[in-house]
Amino acid sequence: MLKRFETLITAGAAYLLMAGIAVAGTPHAAAPGGIKNPAHEWNIVWEEILWDLWIVGGIFAIVAIWLLVKFRAKSPDQVGSAPPLNLDKALAWALVPAALFMADDFLLAAKGWSLWNLQRTVPANAMEVKVTGNQWYFEYDYGNGVTDTDLTVPVGRPVVLRMTSNDVIHSFGLTEYRVKEDIMPGRITHIWFYPDKPVETAVVCVEFCGNSHSQMTNAVKAVPQADFDAWMAKKLEKKKPAAAAQPAAPAAAEPAKTQTP
Amino acid sequence: MTTATSTDFHDKSGSTLKEWIFTTDHKRVGVLYLVGAIAAFIVAGIMALGIRLEQMSPGESGLINYFVLDFAKTMPTGTAYNVALYFHGAAMILAFLIPALTGFAANYLVPLMIGAPDVAFPRINALSLWLFWAGILVALMTFFVTDKPDIMWTGYPPYSVTTTANTALYVFTVHLIGFSSILGAVNFLVTIIYMRAPGMGWDQMNIFVWTTFAAFMIQIVFVPVLASAVTLLLFDKYMGTGFFDPTRGGDVLLYQNLFWFYSHPAVYVIFLPAVGLLFDIIATQARNHVFNYKACVYGGIIGILAITGEVWIHHLYIAGMPDWLRIGMMVSTLLISVPVGLLLISLWGTMYKGAIHYNVSMWYAVVCLFLILVGGLTGIPLAITSMTVHLSETSFVHAHFHFIMGLMATFAVFSAVYHWFPKITGRSADSAIAKWALWIKVIGTQVTFWPLFIIGVQGMPRRYWDYAMFPQFETYHTIATAGAFLIAIGVILMVGGWVWSAFYGPKTDSNPWKSKSIEWTHAESPPGPGNFPKPVAVDPYWTPYNYIEWDHDKY
Repeated sequence: MLKRFETLITAGAAYLLMAGIAVAGTPHAAAPGGIKNPAHEWNIVWEEILWDLWIVGGIFAIVAIWLLVKFRAKSPDQVGSAPPLNLDKALAWALVPAALFMADDFLLAAKGWSLWNLQRTVPANAMEVKVTGNQWYFEYDYGNGVTDTDLTVPVGRPVVLRMTSNDVIHSFGLTEYRVKEDIMPGRITHIWFYPDKPVETAVVCVEFCGNSHSQMTNAVKAVPQADFDAWMAKKLEKKKPAAAAQPAAPAAAEPAKTQTP
Repeated sequence: MTTATSTDFHDKSGSTLKEWIFTTDHKRVGVLYLVGAIAAFIVAGIMALGIRLEQMSPGESGLINYFVLDFAKTMPTGTAYNVALYFHGAAMILAFLIPALTGFAANYLVPLMIGAPDVAFPRINALSLWLFWAGILVALMTFFVTDKPDIMWTGYPPYSVTTTANTALYVFTVHLIGFSSILGAVNFLVTIIYMRAPGMGWDQMNIFVWTTFAAFMIQIVFVPVLASAVTLLLFDKYMGTGFFDPTRGGDVLLYQNLFWFYSHPAVYVIFLPAVGLLFDIIATQARNHVFNYKACVYGGIIGILAITGEVWIHHLYIAGMPDWLRIGMMVSTLLISVPVGLLLISLWGTMYKGAIHYNVSMWYAVVCLFLILVGGLTGIPLAITSMTVHLSETSFVHAHFHFIMGLMATFAVFSAVYHWFPKITGRSADSAIAKWALWIKVIGTQVTFWPLFIIGVQGMPRRYWDYAMFPQFETYHTIATAGAFLIAIGVILMVGGWVWSAFYGPKTDSNPWKSKSIEWTHAESPPGPGNFPKPVAVDPYWTPYNYIEWDHDKY
């Protein structure tokens, strides 16, 4: 009878531990002020998960080596001598490990969920850029008539990308910013990232899209705000004569027209 | 009512080609499955060498076209590479792993393990086999048509619809092998439920029989979903329908949901029988009973069965699914660690106080214990949505599933071939060369796949033949390519050893491992037609692992 209680107590303690770990892993409120960079947070969570994996894997590996060495047959006719488990032990060997694995799962889930909320909550001051995928290049539309085939963004401001595709499924993979999402015809998907230092990196297409899939890439330039403004002004200027050159006559004529009557 | 005995079958035990082709004997069907699966493995493995050569450095190697038999180089490098990648993936999963485990191993072992003279429907079993072979032939047509399929084993639309390549070959391969699987599922579920030896309860079955039962439960429920997905693809491409075309009211994500609704459970169609084989091999070689049998079966195997259909969104974490769904399936995916953990504890515990007899089969199983840890644990970050937005579609994923399927499940198949080789041929395949082949493969696989983990975390995309934007990864790719050729040497030695041993290997007695499992204790090696000289019956305390007598009043 007492033995039955022992099993229950052990299993109960394990489940309490499980609940405790899950609570410990529950996300805390975001730090007030300033933007948390999801890429940095990703690196932190990744390191924590790696520790988790090395510990769990290490325990299993060490136990395996011990078993393999300790219980090697000493003679050709030797058979195993493990006693069978009684009900208490059998239950304990199922419920306690299940509780421990679940505890670890909930810890990881809580950490993952917390980061996920950060990754999917677009900051209010984010700059929006429209991305269109084509076989095999990306097009960027800054919403003010400026378009480009490289992505240039200012440092210090979150960027949200609203993305779709003209042909097949592509995927917008930003290695430096630890984020990616598929882009496909008929739907608009989004990601955001936070360029916090001037750096030139690349975006790669990471959803298989045909012959030149592995060459579907372009530069992603995070530049200081002043440089960005200068770049944007230059783009707008270049655009103006181009826009003005063709419909030059009607554009010039239009105000005149409206004025005449 | 009489039970079939071996004498009834003597006229069907000839070895002419005709008798092999028209065989309905589960053992021959099993061997023919193995031959087809190994053939597919070798061709798909040659594709892997081509892929590794192409990835060895950024830019064109100029070699990949030869691998897909495009000697005139009519295809651009990217497309030729994609054809090789398509064939490698589709053939390894559909024509090697699934047929080797649920075709060869299930066919050869399940009736023998449960004491049945054959499967429930031997002719349907033969039909399954020939549908599988037809599937392999259709898959091999890839190399002989001008519009070779280049759509990856996943075949996502719209690309698979808009490409000029031959999507139909892919669809028909899936149809044939899928139909084969559904018939096999009916056959084996009926066999396991109704044809166990008199007296054999559910808790007295070999773990491999349980895992086969679970694998075929998955097949019978989920294969039709895959078949429907690829059939809609066929309609979209060749009949002008718009199921996956958003401009006509379709949805590109519909296909991915249908596809992974089957293809995630398919991972367990591979994983479960592979682990089942390991259980039986390790229990036999350790002459020990399975630790905590009921937790292993009802917690581990049935647990996986219960959870397997609720996790497929983890393949679509970056595909644009709703945020809440990605979080929901993150939790269900992480919870897979509970049944898998119970399986591992039972597997580890099976060695506790055992008497482990080391031979080449056991060494393969030992390697599998470590492969299962690496492959399983690297799945954990991939289960976490917010981690996967960076890791998805990188070579980290590629290395992860190669560890669990390409290495663990494959090594489990090889281990099984060595373990049951004396049963199948009456000869032993254990030799110094077999051990050399193993260790060459172990080194080769680690050298190939660890660099891919490292560069995967740093952002190396999957399915890239050119990586000019990441020149820093070239060294890693070169090392991985060297590893792939080591694996090839190991495979040649191993398969060569099998063929040689089948004819010239040292003869063994009918139970060289002194096993307590029915296929060793009641049948000859190799078993005759009808399997057992005398009908098998077991007593209430019999188990396939009863190496020591228990005090049954106490337990």
